[in-house]
Amino acid sequence: MIKNSLVLAFAAGVLFSCGGSSDKSTTTEGNKYESDNTLKIDGSSTVYPISEALAEEFREQAPDTRITVGLSGTGGGFKKFVRSEIDLTGASRPIMASEDSAAKANGVEYYEIPVAYDGLVVVVHPENDWVKSITVAELKKIWEPSAQGKILRWNQIRPEWPNQEIHLFGAGTESGTFDYFTEAIVGKAKSCRGDYTASEDDNVLVQGVSTDKLSLGFFGYAYFSENQDRLKLLPIDDQYDANGKGAITPSAATILDATYQPLSRPLFIYANKKAYEKALGKDFLTFLVDQSPLLVPETGYIPFDVETYKLVKDRLVAGKTGSLFLTLKSTVGVDLKTELKK
Amino acid sequence: MEETLEKPVGNKKPKMTFESKGRTVYYQMQDRIFKYFALAATSLGLIVLVLLLYSVFENGFGRLDWDFITSLPSKRASKAGIYTAWTGTLWIMFLTTIIAFPIGVSAGIYLEEYSSRNRMANLIEINIANLAGVPSIIYGLLGLEVFARFLNLGASVLTGSLTLALLILPIIIVSTREAIKTVPYTLREASFALGASKWQTIWNQVLPASVPGIITGVILAISRAIGETAPLIVIGALTYVPFAPTSPMDEFTVMPIQIFNWVSRPQKAFAENAAAAIIVLLSITFVMNAIAVYLRHRSQKKVKW
Repeated sequence: MIKNSLVLAFAAGVLFSCGGSSDKSTTTEGNKYESDNTLKIDGSSTVYPISEALAEEFREQAPDTRITVGLSGTGGGFKKFVRSEIDLTGASRPIMASEDSAAKANGVEYYEIPVAYDGLVVVVHPENDWVKSITVAELKKIWEPSAQGKILRWNQIRPEWPNQEIHLFGAGTESGTFDYFTEAIVGKAKSCRGDYTASEDDNVLVQGVSTDKLSLGFFGYAYFSENQDRLKLLPIDDQYDANGKGAITPSAATILDATYQPLSRPLFIYANKKAYEKALGKDFLTFLVDQSPLLVPETGYIPFDVETYKLVKDRLVAGKTGSLFLTLKSTVGVDLKTELKK
Repeated sequence: MEETLEKPVGNKKPKMTFESKGRTVYYQMQDRIFKYFALAATSLGLIVLVLLLYSVFENGFGRLDWDFITSLPSKRASKAGIYTAWTGTLWIMFLTTIIAFPIGVSAGIYLEEYSSRNRMANLIEINIANLAGVPSIIYGLLGLEVFARFLNLGASVLTGSLTLALLILPIIIVSTREAIKTVPYTLREASFALGASKWQTIWNQVLPASVPGIITGVILAISRAIGETAPLIVIGALTYVPFAPTSPMDEFTVMPIQIFNWVSRPQKAFAENAAAAIIVLLSITFVMNAIAVYLRHRSQKKVKW
């Protein structure tokens, strides 16, 4: 109890000290959700830092609320979501047709809310002086299933590269990162060679690539930005000049303006329509769309521009439920703004 | 060792032919090699433990302070704490113990003292041995379907405790049986001879004599339970919970889930948090084991036969 009141006092202190930005209703907000003050969030571990940041910040506004975040993974989150066991679920890929029909069968309508961009980076050891950039075709040659046991040396990829072994590091098959990378590079999700060092924990991959001079690996952008001195980032050329000519180095700017293709993907939060209909859900989702430009960079992801968040909010306010990606099938190379305007 | 080998057994000195002397040297060699091998095997475990402790303390000790223990989880690593995680772990430990202890010990007593050696008993025995080997995530799936969904308990502390209680029941049953087996049968016969009933014999003689073994088994089982992550994630235990549980029906998180989450974050500061949380979790485990050793020691002194 003492602990709770301490937290309350602290949150109140924060509120009063930065009272300028929060509106006048905040003082009464604690009691506003009295009847229904819980909100359950679950889903992807990739989206988790964003959900956690939102839940934490929102709680400072409304200390009496009970917003919790779980970690079931994208697929596990959707399983609970379509059974209405949770209110919101984070997803590192769009909802699948099978999950959408399960939701329909249970009478669950939902909002699809893109929250941020996540880039995947391709990296090598910092002492690797022969690779300056790499093309999508070359990446495909390295990672496609038929490369297994065959593409084992650097000079097999580009003849001027040295005749030395190549050591591959990548995401494990259970992760959304793996699904996205294979879909963007090989052309089919989950289609990949099997003879590489795989881990679900990107920190293990960072460790692997940074201690092996002949290595090449891929993982989330945030893991590169925290380890810049130990890794060398590769610009990627998708050989498609319409979205930027030549090899593009991943950065917040190139991911945002969609010139770093095809390895940048949107992350989503799906919200049950019923959750949006209750006061807490509506306030939280509005908070989500309004605060994401500020909170997303803290988590290591890249926020959309303000216009995109506005388009997302408009869809929410207009009550447009359902997914954009059931017809598009894939998020690879999709221009979110154009799609959201439709 | 060497002395005893050289000393002849019995009165007569055995004849030392060249051949048998060579063999003795060979056996001495063998003995010594095995001794060093066993020593290496023992120290390997210790070295790994020391390395683990060193790396954890080096990374986490600086992060460990009172604020860390009493703060809620946060997106800012320097502000984040483990308050909800350790309260969740204590709740789980407490409830798991009061669920698993009576059931496990009773089952152990039944199997060892009452059940007759027949097919049914053999079947139960094989099943318990098998259950002890089932991967913990399977218990999580069972807990999710039976407790969380069918009994509609949700992702509560109670669901978590029931699931972990199932997980450690086989360990408790087996260690209870082993402890009861060590009580000599003469003790029971003496009790029966004085006119005690079977129940009186079990309650007044067998159980007090086997308490050290039973308690050791139970505490080791609980120590295992508090390290479990997979089954709790499956039943829907949370990761970010801004309030400590106040009833068995509340949602919760536990230390291993918080550690798992922090370890996989890109920011190094979270890895330090994870190390600090590991120190706290290790301390809880060490304290539990110390209690086990103490209780065993104390009740062993009481037992005299």
